[in-house]
Amino acid sequence: MSLFEPTAADFEPLARQEKAEQITRPSLSYWQDAWVRLKKNTRAIISLGIIVLLGLFTMIGPLLWSVNPALQNLNQVSQAPSWAKSAVVIAPYQSWDGIRLDNFTSPDQTFTSLPEPTGFSTPDTPTTQRVRLAWDQVPGADGYNVYRNNHAPRDFNDLGLPLGSTYGDELSYEDRLSLEPREYYYSLVPTDGYDEYEVYSQLILTPVLALTPDEAVERGLITDTHEVNIGDLVTIEFHPLGTDYLGRDMLARLMEGARVSLFIGIVAPFLFVLVGIIYGGFAGYFGGRVDGLLMRFAEFVVALPFLLFMILFKIAFGIGPGESGIMPMLLALVLLSWPSTARLVRGQVLQIREEGYIEAARLLGAKDHYLVLRHIIPNTMGVILVTLTFAVPAAIFTEAFLSFIGMGVAPPTPSWGSMCNEGVKTMLSHPHELIFPALLISITVLAFNLLGDGLTEALDSKMRSRD
Amino acid sequence: MKISLSKYFPALFIACCLGVEASDAVDFESQTLTIALTQEPPQLNSTKATDQVSGMVLGHLMQGLVRYDRRGNVIPGAAERWEMDEKTATFWLREDAKWSDGRPVTAHDFVFAWQRVIDPKTASEYAFILAPILNAAEINEGKLPVTQLGVVALDDRTLQVNLARPTAYFVKLTAFVTFYPIRQDFLESRGDQYAAEAKDLLYNGPFKLTEWTHSASLKMVKNEHYWDSENVTLNAIHVDYITADTRARLNLYTDGKIGFTRLDGETYKDALSKRLRIRRFTTGSVFFLEYNHRPGSPTGNRNLRKAIQSVFDPDEMVNRVLATPGNLRGESLFPIWINGVNNKFRKEYPAPQAGYNIKEAKRYLELAIKELGTIPPLVLLVSDSPTATKQGEYIQGILLNKLGIELKIDVQTFKQRLAKMTSGEFDIVGAGWGPDFDDILTFGDLFASWNMNNRGRYNNPEYDRLVRLTMNSTDPKARMDAMGRAQQILFDDAVVLPQYEQGVIYLLNPKIKGVARRVIGLDPDFTYARIVP
Amino acid sequence: MLAYTLKRLFAGVVTVWFIATATFIAMHQVPGDPLMNDKAVSAEIRANLEAKYGLDKPVTEQYFIFLGNMLRGDFGISFTQQNRRVNDIIRDHFPISATLGLLAIFFAATGGVLWGALTAIYRNRLPDIVIMFLVILGISVPSFVFAALGQLFLVNLNSLFGQSIIPVAGWGTFWHMLMPSMVLGLGTMALLTRLMRSSMLEVVNEDYIKTARAKGLSPTRIFFKHQLRNAILPVITVLGPQIAAITTGGFVVELVFAIPGLGRYFVQAVQQLDYTVIMGTTVFYGAFLVMMVIIVDILYGFIDPRVRLS
Repeated sequence: MSLFEPTAADFEPLARQEKAEQITRPSLSYWQDAWVRLKKNTRAIISLGIIVLLGLFTMIGPLLWSVNPALQNLNQVSQAPSWAKSAVVIAPYQSWDGIRLDNFTSPDQTFTSLPEPTGFSTPDTPTTQRVRLAWDQVPGADGYNVYRNNHAPRDFNDLGLPLGSTYGDELSYEDRLSLEPREYYYSLVPTDGYDEYEVYSQLILTPVLALTPDEAVERGLITDTHEVNIGDLVTIEFHPLGTDYLGRDMLARLMEGARVSLFIGIVAPFLFVLVGIIYGGFAGYFGGRVDGLLMRFAEFVVALPFLLFMILFKIAFGIGPGESGIMPMLLALVLLSWPSTARLVRGQVLQIREEGYIEAARLLGAKDHYLVLRHIIPNTMGVILVTLTFAVPAAIFTEAFLSFIGMGVAPPTPSWGSMCNEGVKTMLSHPHELIFPALLISITVLAFNLLGDGLTEALDSKMRSRD
Repeated sequence: MKISLSKYFPALFIACCLGVEASDAVDFESQTLTIALTQEPPQLNSTKATDQVSGMVLGHLMQGLVRYDRRGNVIPGAAERWEMDEKTATFWLREDAKWSDGRPVTAHDFVFAWQRVIDPKTASEYAFILAPILNAAEINEGKLPVTQLGVVALDDRTLQVNLARPTAYFVKLTAFVTFYPIRQDFLESRGDQYAAEAKDLLYNGPFKLTEWTHSASLKMVKNEHYWDSENVTLNAIHVDYITADTRARLNLYTDGKIGFTRLDGETYKDALSKRLRIRRFTTGSVFFLEYNHRPGSPTGNRNLRKAIQSVFDPDEMVNRVLATPGNLRGESLFPIWINGVNNKFRKEYPAPQAGYNIKEAKRYLELAIKELGTIPPLVLLVSDSPTATKQGEYIQGILLNKLGIELKIDVQTFKQRLAKMTSGEFDIVGAGWGPDFDDILTFGDLFASWNMNNRGRYNNPEYDRLVRLTMNSTDPKARMDAMGRAQQILFDDAVVLPQYEQGVIYLLNPKIKGVARRVIGLDPDFTYARIVP
Repeated sequence: MLAYTLKRLFAGVVTVWFIATATFIAMHQVPGDPLMNDKAVSAEIRANLEAKYGLDKPVTEQYFIFLGNMLRGDFGISFTQQNRRVNDIIRDHFPISATLGLLAIFFAATGGVLWGALTAIYRNRLPDIVIMFLVILGISVPSFVFAALGQLFLVNLNSLFGQSIIPVAGWGTFWHMLMPSMVLGLGTMALLTRLMRSSMLEVVNEDYIKTARAKGLSPTRIFFKHQLRNAILPVITVLGPQIAAITTGGFVVELVFAIPGLGRYFVQAVQQLDYTVIMGTTVFYGAFLVMMVIIVDILYGFIDPRVRLS
């Protein structure tokens, strides 16, 4: 066994090597480190991607899908998403005098029953412009009721929509009520002028989708009325996400609505966080009496019942003619929301002020503005950023809520909230009017929430040491 | 790791034991009908009630001198007969007309109620409806004491009314809520509390209010002291729900909780697919666009108004925008149900029609531009109801696309809209008018220069003259001729733009028979309704 | 302790005064006035109405009259329901909103704690993923969509069974409250679940849990005795503000489910510009909110020995 024999050389200092001083792993600032950890969080990164996509949807979208979101088309109201359809060109609408009996006298009595009406038919081709109905006189009747249904009636109580009534001498009816190219079941019921006899006859008709040359020009399908002849087929507009209650393109409206919803959702939190930083930073930095006074006031504002005051302020600021009402809403949001950020920032500032590195920097001769800019603000940024991401969904929801109770943005400006509100009303018959805006709200809120979660983890110094 | 749920079970268990009350909206056995109201009746004091919901509830609880039958004819109410000439109207009350405490309804009760209405201290918003009575206007302005009102109880059962001017429709007028009787000793025993709760009201109508939980429910039961109670089949009308949400009401109807509800454009398709029996009713109200005629407003220009008139298509409004059955094309300020001399007014004096005419519209627009220089953006004031804003968006669309006129929509809540209408901060305002009494004047005097409801301050001496003539004449032909000319002026001058005559669709359980719907008077009227098995 | 409570109460009174003043100023900014109605009235009648409600006096005078009445606990008479005092309106309708709110809080709190604990235990496994997905849905769909869907669900449920099992709207029995309170509590439940989950996860790594485990305590015992108790603290802190938020935020469900609560009244009052009801409701709610916060703060001192009241 040989023992270690130190020699004199062992006591010589080693030659200075550059390597010892070399930092093998790159130096990471606080933000770089946070970014690295955020990148590891797949959910947060996907959310960030979604937010970027939403931004593109709002900014670039209207350039790619250049349909006018305000353009109404009352022939294509509340259409579900579909491929392009074609329509027949027909002559402009001409009013119809109908069929009248010349020498009609009202029956002077009400009968116990009457026979079923006969000859219930249409004198020409039914189109979505109008459906004309005619029938033979029912002796003893002093009027007729016309019904229309979307399905085959089961019995007398299932005749569908009561379209209208005629007097005893009128043996025809013209239906123009939001006709669609689908199968309709028309029913005719004789009356004594007030009450119905419980008999009816039925007619099944399918109007063809039609439009006039003038309408085609108005909607930009053709440039001149001479381009088409009556009876031609033209391809009509394509609405990938369907249309709304005035026949406006849903996709275009969603893009425009995104501007409003995201504007309020992002600008409002940004503004009130900014106010909060200044106010809270001021209070926290000076401390003492100033701090006490400022914070007392912030507590007052926090105590205001949020939704109640949101409604009250919104009304108090008022919306002028033609204004969208975005600004009053923004103002109300900022006015009511800043104190929470202010309190948060103040708390942070008070805490950081006492930290050892601030002491150290001060000892090293750092000036006030250096401290604020270099240490205090960067160190509160993390908390603020997280607040900001969580404030976005809250603001979007507030906008939607106000729209729901009818105090949102003024029409015709769309917002996702107001579109949802419209959609809820017809969610059974036209689900697409609710699903798309609700989906966009959900996705946005979700993305910001997940990003917020990711940021919280990434910026948390405790987590940093745990890795 | 297992977590026991037993901690939460007790709460659920208690909940299960509470059970569900089983009630049917239309119950044959007990002849009980359950309905919903859109809002809490704001005012059940008949001297001050102004709204439809209060009117509907009060109409079942009280009765005036006369009332309307199912077909809109005037029939005896608390009075069994009456006589009228140019100066006086005399009513003889029926012997068996009784209050719900069994005491008779006397002529004094009417005198007392009417004097209260006209008393400026009461500040009744409907005091104007008493205007045909002698001294009514002066008393309301505080120039004469209330005792000077031209109404006297000759004895307990004879009521004499002295008229300020010949009023052809005075008898019909007394069916209106404001003319209901109130018993002095009862009102004085309640003071300010009168009509605040169910116990603070006395009834002379077919039903009496037995329970009133504010904003939640009302229970009306048959009034045994009502003179015609043997012909009233329903034992009770329960208002179990108060909600303005049409969808919630449809859901309640589908669930068998209520027997009657109104539908709207958003809900009727659901009712259709559920195979419910849908009915239609024309309310008698007219909706129109009112222009601001004050100096300085661009809509003071006749050619601009004519241009808009020529480009507006009431057909499209009714069929594509409102898109529910029952609405009629707006062609005139006077709706189709208004009576003329022998027939309906509109049959005798057909409304002039502009029809959709884009060339004519452009011609008028050019003239307007010549006179005004440029057309500034117009302000359309609308209320914040979904239908109103939808119509506003539609009108904005057509004016821009067809005439190139920019329209700014000004959506305001109820009071703000009224404030702006009163101060004239609009160019066009969406408005509607429901009839108060069964005479053409209920619409006709709307645009008289002195009428406070003429919010656009239209001022035309010729129109005023025609209204005055109609007010002071009892000759049907002369009156209708005057109103026929007024209708022509309204069109020629494009004073207003009629949009539609309102129609509603509603659901009524097929087991309920005998419900009356009417344009004037109590609507819907369940007085003689009955439930069949 | 007493001094602290008194100090807080005094601050609360000042806060309520601030709320009243802010409401008064905001309300009088709104154009129009409560006396306007569909049909125009003559100048004389208007003057009488103004005198009746004291609107003929200068605004500053009205303000001081209001403050005086408020101190006596009298909010005056409603403009839209001229026979009802605002105090009666609050007395009749607030308990309904409060019941609904409390039930919603109950659902939210029990649900939140339960789901939160479950997700933490099954971290990153199927139950966690499923529950978190539902929770995320709960916070990302607007409440009115949920309310409408909830009601629709009841309609379909009832028609499936051919009879009314759960009422679709209205107020009265527990069954009327079930769906609205669940809808109302959903957002809060989602929030509490997330909070509970993260707080549970944090607690799991604490030293005392490791110690307990090392001692050989059963997992159930550790869960109930140590984890749950400690993890629940942050949940209780947010409960205070959440109670107030839920009780005042019930407009939507009150509207959709035809519930005669105070929230619905407020929305109506704003639309009708019913001065007295607006003032009464905001001041009352403000006072309620302030009281809730004070109570929770004091209670927290009892629950968590670490917090000392200074």
